[in-house]
Amino acid sequence: MLTETKEIIKVGIADLKFAKSPEVLRTSGLGSCVGVVVYDLTMKIAGMSHVMLPNSSLSKRSDLNQLKYADTALPILIEHLLKEGARKYALKAKIAGGAQMFSFSSSNDMLRVGKRNEEAVKMMLEQYRIPLVSEDVGGSSGRTIEFSLDTGMLNIRTVNSGEKQI
Amino acid sequence: MSFIESLTAYQLDTLKEVGNIGSGNAATSLSTLLNRKVDMTVPAVRVVGFDEMMDLVGGPDKIIVSVYLRIQGEAPGNMFFVLSPPEAEVFVKEMTGIDNFNLENPPFDEMGLSALQELGNILAGSYLSALSDFIKVLLQPSVPLLHIDMAAAILTQGLMELSQESDYAIIIDTIINEEGNNSEPIKGHFFLLPDPESFPKIFDRLGVTS
Repeated sequence: MLTETKEIIKVGIADLKFAKSPEVLRTSGLGSCVGVVVYDLTMKIAGMSHVMLPNSSLSKRSDLNQLKYADTALPILIEHLLKEGARKYALKAKIAGGAQMFSFSSSNDMLRVGKRNEEAVKMMLEQYRIPLVSEDVGGSSGRTIEFSLDTGMLNIRTVNSGEKQI
Repeated sequence: MSFIESLTAYQLDTLKEVGNIGSGNAATSLSTLLNRKVDMTVPAVRVVGFDEMMDLVGGPDKIIVSVYLRIQGEAPGNMFFVLSPPEAEVFVKEMTGIDNFNLENPPFDEMGLSALQELGNILAGSYLSALSDFIKVLLQPSVPLLHIDMAAAILTQGLMELSQESDYAIIIDTIINEEGNNSEPIKGHFFLLPDPESFPKIFDRLGVTS
């Protein structure tokens, strides 16, 4: 069998990257963070965002990192895709992450950040009218995700429950 | 600009001393617990990006065993004691005598997990009490939580407070080494991650204003 070497584009924490077929987008070790893929399969173009916090109004500084927050990263992601030739009506999204890694009773709101990230990402997708095709969110495990433009599948790997594709 | 980018060399040195006091005490506790000689390296204070922090423990999706606790009190923050799964297995064997403890396929042996949690509890507790005495602030550890999962998934939780203010974390990192083991020496990382508002308090108590 011929093994095709596909270039893997790594997306860091609070980072955002784009890919064209046959490249693969990957982000590793999502906990409460949410990985968002927005793609146009016909044009073979996709972007992946590793969202760390729900809302940039949480920031205590003005020169904030826009790639860190759902409300600022997703517009950058979507608008860049459109500029690169993706068609708005064809855009679709898949998301994974938003776990609650730690569970102990505390008033610390930061422990719920996974759920809030998930909600914020969904709200942004709705605002842009981008259908959310599938999701794997919540729980209490870390996830490594990989999106293949060839198949449109998002591969999700966890430590204890193996791999799945959505 | 956040305070992290404006720290002076003297302030960083002071933080190193904070790590020294805390981890020195923890190393002594560990030595007593295992009845072995335990070494520790001079703590490093690292100002690192989030991705770099994951690289310190082998990469974002590297599986780690971590005992996490939230520090409450006058200088709040987060603390992690991090081991690799094989290192954690060695600790458990030495502490409990359970020879077949493994962290490869869940479910894991309850007694072994409990021993790891207790290990983290003892080490973090002695680290914090030394620190609390040294900087003369009251610090209370939360109940320690044991996790075995991907490094980034666990450690980003400790970066949440900080991430609202900065893209960098100040990590006070100490590596402890167990000596005299026939096999490979085992290592553990202590990561102390004070919340942003704790730094001025720590510096103030130590007489290092800027």
